[in-house]
Amino acid sequence: MRNPYRAQRIAFFFLFLATLLIVVPVGLIVVIIVQKGLPAISWQFLSDIPRHGMRVGGIFPAIVGTIYLVTGAIIFALPIGLLAAIYLSEYSKDNFLTRIIRLAIVNLAGVPSVVYGLFGLALFVVFLKFGASILSGSLTLGIMILPIIITTSREALESVPQSFREVSLSLGASKWQTIRHIVLPNAIPGILTGTILGIGRAAGETAPILFTVAAFYLPQLPDSIFDQAMALPYHLYVISTQVPNVDEKIRYGTALVLLALVLFMNLVAIIIRYKFRKRKKW
Amino acid sequence: MRKLKELVIEKLILICGLASIFFVALIFLFLLKEGFAVFKAVNPFNFLFGKSWYPISDPPQLGILPLILGSLLVTLGAAVISIPIGVACAVYIAEVAPAKTKEALKAGIELLAAIPSVVLGFIGMVTLVPLVKSVFHIPTGLTALSGSIMLAFMAMPTIVSIAEDALYSVPKSYKEGAFALGATHWQTIRRVMLPAASSGILAAVMLGLGRVIGETMAVMMITGNAAVIPRSILQPVRTLTATIAAEMGEAVVGSEHYFALFAVGIVLFIISFAVNVTADLFLHKKER
Repeated sequence: MRNPYRAQRIAFFFLFLATLLIVVPVGLIVVIIVQKGLPAISWQFLSDIPRHGMRVGGIFPAIVGTIYLVTGAIIFALPIGLLAAIYLSEYSKDNFLTRIIRLAIVNLAGVPSVVYGLFGLALFVVFLKFGASILSGSLTLGIMILPIIITTSREALESVPQSFREVSLSLGASKWQTIRHIVLPNAIPGILTGTILGIGRAAGETAPILFTVAAFYLPQLPDSIFDQAMALPYHLYVISTQVPNVDEKIRYGTALVLLALVLFMNLVAIIIRYKFRKRKKW
Repeated sequence: MRKLKELVIEKLILICGLASIFFVALIFLFLLKEGFAVFKAVNPFNFLFGKSWYPISDPPQLGILPLILGSLLVTLGAAVISIPIGVACAVYIAEVAPAKTKEALKAGIELLAAIPSVVLGFIGMVTLVPLVKSVFHIPTGLTALSGSIMLAFMAMPTIVSIAEDALYSVPKSYKEGAFALGATHWQTIRRVMLPAASSGILAAVMLGLGRVIGETMAVMMITGNAAVIPRSILQPVRTLTATIAAEMGEAVVGSEHYFALFAVGIVLFIISFAVNVTADLFLHKKER
């Protein structure tokens, strides 16, 4: 007779193996980039412009460009996303319209990033004549991270206990006063988490900025939102595929800065979530 | 006065609530507006099934079959790798792993999801591509296979986290019932948990593969970008996404090439729409 416990041991071993097959390469990727990228990191690398066809020098304009783009994307997406989340959590009823909105959010999250790039090109660059600019790129990225912000903010708002609202309403506060002074303050950590995750995503994406803002090489920093800008992910793409004979150190260094930026954002989000869970009174 | 202020705010909230619908419609509209013009030059059938993609020859040949097959081949390869590993990992995290390991593993998976695709593409170029080249003794490691392996990794976080959710939401009583009948843990997983979570797992797989079809940068960097009909998985291919990303920079606004790339965008949009709507139906099946 077959021994079911032996079968279980074998099965669990394979499940464990599958897990290792995912986790080990992830660890390796991070270790390789840190190990090979760290020697390239210096104050000069972070603060200098790229020189000699991007083969020496630093990545300062790319860092600044990414910061501008992400800031712009958040300025656009946070208010809209937050209000949309308030609508879904506080106002919407369980009806057809709500179902369509939910479906639209799922779809917005699923649209391939390069299609966002096409959309940004058609609407912002060509139709609205913003040109390839920080404005076009930020708006494109902003729409892209909208679903992340809506979904996380909505979860945060919905996790505020119903009794909080009832107490506030019973004291004579209006619906908006209740949302403004009771629901929102209690949901701030969750909203912050979503915002930070959105920032991380916007900072790392390349395809949406390809035709809307990214410049191959710019010797000076952009001085208005109608200028093109360099950006870290696009810069990494350029120096690893478009420019021959770039020192490996510079490539790994750029990859490390980008990875560190994105992972730092995620780490902050995880910490906020963790602290919030511990502190939660209800 | 306060009434008025609140009325304005509530209207604003409603408008923002509808924003997602507006943006999805806007995206589709602008893709159509720019992409539809290509069908003046080539009929839809020849566009989808034409065997050659030479957009800048004169006259341009705009058949995207090689690109569709490229996308399919890479996605198929990624599916073969990522589905068994991803589902197995989800089962391990949901059922087998001790509580502490579980948290660490979930964080690791989240980490993988957060790595930008251009970084994965770069790592693929410097590690995986030379490896594939030397293992198979082929002239270049920039192949569909390299793309499949890298994309499998990008599909994994989606598959694992959604499949794990699905396993987690199976009612505890199912499991207890199986245990009470004397089943081992593994028998319970295989005969009770997995079937009960099957629609969620199916949705997880669909969403994971949806992500693969739409993935752009990594695929462009490591699949070799040859827009020909692939004969084997060890050949360079070019996907729908990579074609847009690689060629839009050079396409003149208003040219047939430009319109054709937008039409490729329409194809991608429709694929992702179909995948997401179907997956959503599977995910919310039991709610009704």
